Amino acid sequence: MSSWTDSLVGFISGIAWLPDMSAGTIMVIVAVLLGLPVFTFMAVNALVAVYFERKVSAFMQDRLGPMEVGIFGFKGGKKFWGGIGQTLADAIKLLVKEDTIPKDADRPLFILGPFIIFGAAFTAFIGLPIGYGLVISDFNIGVFFISAVSSVGVIGVILAGWASNNKWSLYGAMRSAAQIISYELPLGMSLLLVVMVVGSLQFSEIVLWQEQHRWFIIHSPFTVIAFFIFMISGVAEVNRTPFDLPEAESELVAGFMTEYSGFRWALFFLSEYANMVIISLMTAIVFLGGWLSPVAGLLDMAGVPAGWYYLSGPLWGIFWIFIKVATLIFIMMWFRWTFPRMRPDQLMYTAWKVFIPFALVNIFLVGIWELIFA
Amino acid sequence: MAALGFNLIAAMVIFTAFWVVTTSKLIHAAVALMGTLFGVAGLYVYLYADFLAATQVIIYVGGILVLIIFGVMLTHRVSGIDTLQTNMPNRPAAAVVVFLLFMGLTALLFRTPWHMADAAPVVSTVEIIGAALLTRYLLHFEVASVLLLVALLGAAYLARREDG
Repeated sequence: MSSWTDSLVGFISGIAWLPDMSAGTIMVIVAVLLGLPVFTFMAVNALVAVYFERKVSAFMQDRLGPMEVGIFGFKGGKKFWGGIGQTLADAIKLLVKEDTIPKDADRPLFILGPFIIFGAAFTAFIGLPIGYGLVISDFNIGVFFISAVSSVGVIGVILAGWASNNKWSLYGAMRSAAQIISYELPLGMSLLLVVMVVGSLQFSEIVLWQEQHRWFIIHSPFTVIAFFIFMISGVAEVNRTPFDLPEAESELVAGFMTEYSGFRWALFFLSEYANMVIISLMTAIVFLGGWLSPVAGLLDMAGVPAGWYYLSGPLWGIFWIFIKVATLIFIMMWFRWTFPRMRPDQLMYTAWKVFIPFALVNIFLVGIWELIFA
Repeated sequence: MAALGFNLIAAMVIFTAFWVVTTSKLIHAAVALMGTLFGVAGLYVYLYADFLAATQVIIYVGGILVLIIFGVMLTHRVSGIDTLQTNMPNRPAAAVVVFLLFMGLTALLFRTPWHMADAAPVVSTVEIIGAALLTRYLLHFEVASVLLLVALLGAAYLARREDG
């Protein structure tokens, strides 16, 4: 399957009026050309997601701010435009705020911490497709690559917490590391289930399998369990409520981010919202059929012949995958504004005594299921 | 291009490895080790071992290095980040051993007839590794898993011992 990297390399080397360039130079140009949109996407995503989050919180908890601060006089009134002002003010504040580094902090590590977290989130986008062939590089170890890259981010969290030389930061970092490492296991095991059934680690293969058979969320009872384990562990991986112990404001100020301000803090922020997108994209691709049209699936099951009303195709694919991702992100926000925070012992109990045993038995049972029914 | 990339990665591995052993702050050594481990993963990519490279990152960077940093953080006071070196008297002996080791490795490097692969690189290594692990190397695989299980039980026993 082709990827953006392959097509761009082919396109640039094919332009006649350009001077001859070595393969290395072309690779650098392609990397920049593909990296900039990813960066822009992460920044815009954070802005939009923050606005969305404020609105969700305002509707769910009767918060006044996101209904009042904004541009009025447009169609939609307070319900839609309220809160826009907060987003704009937020962005300007983050960019111009004074950047402070504590005197007793470990300077190099303090600076390095947010970049490791950001780098991990950024790199993960390389392997995530948003449509058939619409991917920066379609690794044949795709699922494994994402797991490997996202396991690096935790080091940034620990370093940020340690280098701040602050008790709250350190406690936040410890909690975060324990949480991320624990929840990586059920996350990986529920992915393993799907990999076992498909027989490939490649995202495009996984979607292709779902196109030929059925989506994994309805494939068998065990994949349904895997979907829920994956989704909940995913929320824990991105440190969001009800699993936001690392930054529990009521006890730890802001956890590992306590000492950060300005643009460095904005990097944490960008990465958190980017990680939400990564988890949602992975859930959508692996369990919800990726860029496949749900309409087509239903009509096909009902025996209706293919036609325009199937709403499937390359452009529809992008539409569907973003609808799925937006729904999953909304569910994560819904969690955040309706559930209370868990205690650390409850958090560990959920991971080690509920999710991991269930995921392990799940792997065994799905093997038997496939032997009987496949 | 390939040669330049390889040289860059090799230089990163060597430089960060030097940093690991020369820095006086333990936590800096751990961070430098991250560079070394990443570099080694990069070298695996050059050998067309993509699965191995990802495994290297997930096990060493995401697992073992986090454990090392945890260990440094838990055994150290939060205020002091410098360590005291206590093994100074061993230096002459160490110098001799290191010199001999260096000579031995250099001799080995120049005397080995390096084998250049002439077969085309395989596209997907995952299936080959999986099949090899569960057929030819099944015994090794099982022994390693039993060893890990024993280590796990031992750790749980040590951590949960109630009479201290």
